[in-house]
Amino acid sequence: MSRPKPYADIPGTVIFDADQARMGYHLNQFCMSLMRPENRERFKRDERAYVDEWPMNDAQKQAVLARDYNSMLGLGGNIYFLAKIFSTDGKSFQHAAALMTGMSQEAYAQMMLAGGRSPEGSDESAGTEKA
Amino acid sequence: MSARIGAGVCTSHVPAIGAAIDNGRTRDDYWKPLFAGYEISKRWIAETRPDVVVLVYNDHASAFSLDIVPTFALGCADQFKPADEGWGPRPVPVVSGCPELACHIAQSVIQQDFDLTIINHMDVDHGLTVPLSLMFGQPSAWPVRVIPLAVNVVLFPPPSGHRCFELGKAIRRAVESFDQDLNVQVWGTGGMSHQLQGPRAGLINKPWDNRWLDQLIEDPETLSRMPHIEYLREAGSEGIELVMWLIMRGALNPRVHCLHRFYHVPASNTAVGHLILENAP
Repeated sequence: MSRPKPYADIPGTVIFDADQARMGYHLNQFCMSLMRPENRERFKRDERAYVDEWPMNDAQKQAVLARDYNSMLGLGGNIYFLAKIFSTDGKSFQHAAALMTGMSQEAYAQMMLAGGRSPEGSDESAGTEKA
Repeated sequence: MSARIGAGVCTSHVPAIGAAIDNGRTRDDYWKPLFAGYEISKRWIAETRPDVVVLVYNDHASAFSLDIVPTFALGCADQFKPADEGWGPRPVPVVSGCPELACHIAQSVIQQDFDLTIINHMDVDHGLTVPLSLMFGQPSAWPVRVIPLAVNVVLFPPPSGHRCFELGKAIRRAVESFDQDLNVQVWGTGGMSHQLQGPRAGLINKPWDNRWLDQLIEDPETLSRMPHIEYLREAGSEGIELVMWLIMRGALNPRVHCLHRFYHVPASNTAVGHLILENAP
């Protein structure tokens, strides 16, 4: 057994290491495919059919269809790969970030304008606003 | 006669900054203070006129999928096209490379024990093109040749800060043994504190960022020993991009003059930092 990871206890954070990358390989490669306009079109036309072309597990496919980014991160997705999904949806990084924190995009943008989330406020309370 | 490195630049490379430039929104209230911080930089770069920039950046799942993840990848091609990151390529010029110097750097630093991956075909994403836009604006062709140095900071662990710092020193030795009269700069990009993922997204740590900048200027050797875990905890999971700035710093003298220092929060989800450093005797 390998030793516990020193970054396992960082609140509200999944570190994308080699284990996560193994778990999320097909999920991330699916995301990568959305860099081609013709694939984006096919995905938009029938999302279910498109994700079924990839050897992802059901939980990963469900998370993609539901745009549940926190679940996708837990299932091995990496945010820069997942960005291809919300880019295909025409959404910004800030939209996705707000979604992952459970805040409205407006409240999240306001928090950023006020200086962002304080690292002190991110221990037990990750996911709630700390300006 | 040889090539030389006299100065370095560091800057964040937030994609939303590129979008603001491409969509003509740099004078919006939101963006104005950020772009004001680069006015002096544009004047400086116009006067300094580098021939070549070794541009240290990270690929964001654009050129590299999970099939192959190189830790240090040097672009030796004669041109690099802007990547389609999911919404079409940025409307910016194709980036001209400098294959002769790039191949010389590869040859030299590999023999100095840095096992670079050689890239002969690669599209470049916002990590590389946003810094060019910030420094040069919107020209019809980039007025500099660029050697991309892509560093893995996506799949943990990235190279250590110390490894990056030492690679910067090796690049400097390589450049100085190239027998053409070239004015070369090294740019470090990415950072500063930011986290783009999960319930802790939006993390910004101003005091930590500013202490980090102080130390990068004054005592990079000590800073290069900072463990990854401190970046992850204090600067957010994506704040670890900052190790790339240590490559730039390693390529400069132990003592530098800081010609320009700028820090701004926020650009979308990120704290923006920017330095121009020049070798001091």
